[in-house]
Amino acid sequence: MPIRRLFIANRGEIAMRIIRTCRALGVESIIGVSAADRESLPARAADRAICIGPAHPAGSYLNPEAIVHAARASGADALHPGYGFLSERPRLAELCAAEGILFVGPTPAQLAVFGDKVRARAAAEAAGVPVVPGGEISTADEARALAERLGVPLLVKAAGGGGGRGIKCLTRPEELDALLQLASAEAGAAFGDARVYLERFVARARHVEVQILGDGCGNVVHLGERDCSVQRRYQKLIEETPAPGLPTQVRGALLESALRLAASVRYRGAGTVEFIYDVPREAYYFLEVNARLQVEHGVTEAATGIDLVAEQLAIAAGEGLRFGQAGIVLRGCAIECRVNAEDPEADFRPSPGRVTRAQWPQGEGVRVDTHIGAGADVPPFYDSLLGKVIVHGPDREAALRRLHGALAETWIEGVASNIGFQREVTADAEFRAGGVTTDFVAHFLERRPPGAGAARRAHA
Amino acid sequence: MTLSASEIAEIMKLIDESSFDEFNLEMNGVKLQLRRSGRGRSAPAPETGAQVPAGEAPAPPVPGLPAGLSSAGGRDIPAPLLGTFYRAPKPGAAPFVDLGAQVEEDTVVGIIEVMKLMNTVRAGMRGIITEILAADGQLVEYGSPLMRVGAGG
Repeated sequence: MPIRRLFIANRGEIAMRIIRTCRALGVESIIGVSAADRESLPARAADRAICIGPAHPAGSYLNPEAIVHAARASGADALHPGYGFLSERPRLAELCAAEGILFVGPTPAQLAVFGDKVRARAAAEAAGVPVVPGGEISTADEARALAERLGVPLLVKAAGGGGGRGIKCLTRPEELDALLQLASAEAGAAFGDARVYLERFVARARHVEVQILGDGCGNVVHLGERDCSVQRRYQKLIEETPAPGLPTQVRGALLESALRLAASVRYRGAGTVEFIYDVPREAYYFLEVNARLQVEHGVTEAATGIDLVAEQLAIAAGEGLRFGQAGIVLRGCAIECRVNAEDPEADFRPSPGRVTRAQWPQGEGVRVDTHIGAGADVPPFYDSLLGKVIVHGPDREAALRRLHGALAETWIEGVASNIGFQREVTADAEFRAGGVTTDFVAHFLERRPPGAGAARRAHA
Repeated sequence: MTLSASEIAEIMKLIDESSFDEFNLEMNGVKLQLRRSGRGRSAPAPETGAQVPAGEAPAPPVPGLPAGLSSAGGRDIPAPLLGTFYRAPKPGAAPFVDLGAQVEEDTVVGIIEVMKLMNTVRAGMRGIITEILAADGQLVEYGSPLMRVGAGG
């Protein structure tokens, strides 16, 4: 059954991104917005906008009952959850199923497995995919024994966490008990799940992930990998495909592992299998599955020419996979820079407000996904992503040149942004050489001369 | 940063529920002054002094700001949540309130159903129902006006 009317349960750039595919496919788009987003670009661009609740996300974007009620009342056949908010909560998918609305995503059972990072690890192990040495702990004795075996530094992670949230690093063995208690209490408060597990801390690691699509019947394909090692406090800043300089056999094994895991659960929809790659050991380990579209999906689209949202809709509508593995060809190199409303000169503090000027780059091989134009509000209630600058070129050198050009013509005024910082990072010799590890941004900030951003600030 | 209509409404609600009589906010060229005009909640209509920064296009007319101050002096009862609005406790029953009814803050004026969960809607203000704005069985969005309340009582 083809989808005629799609309800978008999200906001910001990803809502615009989904609306764009709706337009391309002739699908009617209805968006559920909060009171703070009534005048937003996606609210205007969609065929209809329905105010689902107050500005605070708890009453709107995190309110599955209001969302599904609005979707049903507006006659939508399907619901796209975007990323973040309720996208990976089984509850939203279950409510949709109960109301006869197609959920554009995995099954509730798959969301439950991958939403629980301990169960996800077990699923990976069962599929023969290497996981980071570590495991779940239930008693203090167990924790001490495991910590001793792993050695410090090690990570304490929340079972209900993911996406870089709910992670603590232990550097002194004697602090294990205290840190476990703190981590467990915080996890309980933040995720409603106090369980934590331990993992070896991989010091020289790269974050490499694999984009997959599954039809829900056991057929799966991959769309290559993305390197997302340029992160600050586990939040990604720059993503690219292919992963520069990744040994061919490692890349092959990684892609193969992702397919095995996805096939083992008969994965449905678009998803990302995240790995860390231990550079000195040349070993890779499963990290987690993001059972949804990701922020950085655009680099994969640029390199493959495949519209991932269109494929998500096709899978949800029961069309299955519209191409086999041989039909997917990655060409050249694509790089994405996230443009955030945050101030690098003030410890990356979010900077909500009204955008007075927004100039986004254009040109050959340049794509911008954004909901921000002059006059747009950046409400303080949501994440600070203003847009994504995605460039594509025949090789990494060409893509980098395009990226520098694109960032040079990107201007945001009215709110602080990290554009200047992104210009600096992408001009850095180490980044340009490729293959940086996840501690790159921290080191970059340390060696960055004080006041490096002053010139930019003088402009603001 | 400027404030949207809903944010101003939200602030007004907070002030209204607080013990403060006056509220002044100045930020990046936006000046917002809110003052209680009377002592009691019976005369809550506050003065607003929201100013649009010079050089910017004036904000489009905003429906329902703040809680629907209309030219006739009436105020709108906003939907406290999204859902299906029902004017009566069950099909065929008499409506909770009708035109001309006198309502108090806690008078039940309708029900909003969200995924089979019934939520009571109270007037939240005193006065006389002068207009019914949302039809029985209609999908109402968060904040959309349900009924207009005129002075009286």
